[in-house]
Amino acid sequence: MKFKHALLERNVVLLAIGIVVTIAIGGLVEIVPLHTIKSTIEPVQGVRPYTPLELAGRNIYMREGCYNCHSQMVRPFRDEVERYGHYSLAAESMYDHPFQWGSKRTGPDLARVGGKYSNEWHVAHFKDPRAVVPESIMPTYGFLARRDLAIKDIAAHLKALRAVGVPYTDDMVKNAAADLAAQADPEADTKGLTDRYPKAALGDFDGDPKRLTEMDAIIAYMQILGRMVDFKTVKPEQLRQ
Amino acid sequence: MQLAGTLGSAQTAAGAGERVAYDYGVVRLFTIATVFWGVAAFLAGVYIALQLAFPVLNLDFEFTSFGRLRPLHTSAAVFAFGGNALFATSLYVVQRTCRAPLWGGPAAAEFLFWGYQLFIVMAATGYLLGITQGREYAEPEWYVDIWLTLVWVLYFAIFVGTIVRRSEPHIYVANWFYLAFIVTVAVLHLGNNLAVPVSLLGAKSYSVFSGVQDALTQWWYAHNAVGFFLTAGFLGIMYYFVPKRAERPIYSYRLSIVHFWSLIFLYIWAGPHHLHYTALPDWAQSLGMMFSVMLWMPSWGGMINGLMTLSGAWDKLRTDPVLRFMVAAVGFYGMSTFEGPVMSIKAVNALSHYTDWTVGHVHSGALGWVAFISFGAVYFLVPKLWGKRELWSLKLVSYHFWISTIGIVLYITAMWVSGIMQGLMWRAYDKLGFLQYSFAETVAAMHPYYVIRALGGVLFLLGALIMIYNLVKTVRAGEPAREEAPAPAPAAA
Repeated sequence: MKFKHALLERNVVLLAIGIVVTIAIGGLVEIVPLHTIKSTIEPVQGVRPYTPLELAGRNIYMREGCYNCHSQMVRPFRDEVERYGHYSLAAESMYDHPFQWGSKRTGPDLARVGGKYSNEWHVAHFKDPRAVVPESIMPTYGFLARRDLAIKDIAAHLKALRAVGVPYTDDMVKNAAADLAAQADPEADTKGLTDRYPKAALGDFDGDPKRLTEMDAIIAYMQILGRMVDFKTVKPEQLRQ
Repeated sequence: MQLAGTLGSAQTAAGAGERVAYDYGVVRLFTIATVFWGVAAFLAGVYIALQLAFPVLNLDFEFTSFGRLRPLHTSAAVFAFGGNALFATSLYVVQRTCRAPLWGGPAAAEFLFWGYQLFIVMAATGYLLGITQGREYAEPEWYVDIWLTLVWVLYFAIFVGTIVRRSEPHIYVANWFYLAFIVTVAVLHLGNNLAVPVSLLGAKSYSVFSGVQDALTQWWYAHNAVGFFLTAGFLGIMYYFVPKRAERPIYSYRLSIVHFWSLIFLYIWAGPHHLHYTALPDWAQSLGMMFSVMLWMPSWGGMINGLMTLSGAWDKLRTDPVLRFMVAAVGFYGMSTFEGPVMSIKAVNALSHYTDWTVGHVHSGALGWVAFISFGAVYFLVPKLWGKRELWSLKLVSYHFWISTIGIVLYITAMWVSGIMQGLMWRAYDKLGFLQYSFAETVAAMHPYYVIRALGGVLFLLGALIMIYNLVKTVRAGEPAREEAPAPAPAAA
């Protein structure tokens, strides 16, 4: 029996089915194995869920569209590794819902910006980027320091993330609101917080210890970026995908 | 005009020479929206281009910062301008080539129109307020996504319903491309927007996928938004409007078939080329590159089919600036579908990725192909929809064409230079073996090109304003058409 294309040209249902089958193949072949091949995510230690304050900062990062100009994905090239640090691993964004790898570097990559600059530098830079980097074309974000961090129910955010696979424990969810405030409060007892979230940057971020502002949150997020994995302990065979 | 409802069955419309009461009302609405959102998108583009050249224009104000306006620009260009152009042309073409009025009648069509405009407004206001999913070209949050899904189902029903009641035996080629666009965009939209809202009363949601899986899902979506929204849909425009305006049949029917199936099969694989040298596993990157290079063939097959349709009618390019818009669009399509595969080669991508070269590439497609073929279609449609013999001024169309073309050339050449320069500066070493340039120095080096790019954008915007003037004059003062003879479907159908 010879196939005639006229069959599809005369029957819209067959045509639509033909289209669906044709477009399904590529997507399935590429996307499904990423969920099933185990080595896709490198077995390195240290990647943890974000603290409530880092998470709030990350949401501000997305709200302001930072991803439009900043990547968070260091490629394995000599110049990038020298400029930014170790190339990025898939494991490092395994709890990023959504990913923020970006596609454009109007500004520099931020995947390893954590710990590179002081909190004071970040505050000055957000308020007026050209005050610290004269060539910068970044917008000013002084309003972040003026605005209190308003999150009604941070525990609900942790629960939503847990529903999509981030391993937030009951302990983390229960203490979410307290942890949110404690991370930026120099007076607070942060023992529980650092047990739950190792390596979290602590203390007053925005230079105003009395208030918890959006500036506190975004800097807390900046300061954890790229710091979770200790590359001194990583062996090359762990990085094979 | 509203006889459509009474013309229930296809049989009524089938008789040779018998008039079909087409529903042009909704096509008129979508055409107006195309022009309106087009200017809005170009204006936003010019403004954010100027912000990159002169950051003081961010105005120290959150609602006018680049980070929030850039999604506004991209969505306005792709979904508002491009989307309305696709609605206008597809609903016109499907009626004409099926010789049947729209399924569902004018009420459903009008709901489709206002439903889609509401989607645009909800998405846009969200961006300004900072409500976003934080994924490029899929920024609208979950509640907007659900609304768009409902609107899209209605669009599918109207489009397919009209095909079902057709009085032509064959489904014309343009409709295959429109159908592939409608079906695939639905699949992409649902696949890429899977998310869990934090609360049903709040806007915020978290995507179901994370990290590397999320990245590939997103670029599967975003690359095929280019492939199906901005390519397949607009090829539908090419396959109807180029032959109509040139008054020649499509060059090769066989090539249309090969073009169609190979294009939609290959396109869907190309997403990973947006993730070269990232943490995406190498096998996926290689697949993405391979299929992107192969994609060059069907793309140029389509271009050849469009251009060769002018065989025997090339002289019309001298006298008809509307046809010139369409043919230049197909030329730009050929150029950017050659540039794309080149940039998808990993060695090239290592240089071009993260730079303005990508931005330039997108705009040679968006301005040269999508916008030009849309302008051509709008110039073709407006006299027909408002019962005029021809446009008010073909001379103004010609001005529009040349001003916009110069604008595009300024835009893409500036981005080639700045992109390649920045890529080279990032990887430059001095003779002592240190990185030669700080990042800030590479930013400073971009300034003159950002000014030239903005100037290109201004010219493109100026061209569009000339178009609006011409279209308004056409509707208000154009010479009325004589009673239209029953139109046969395009010759190749």
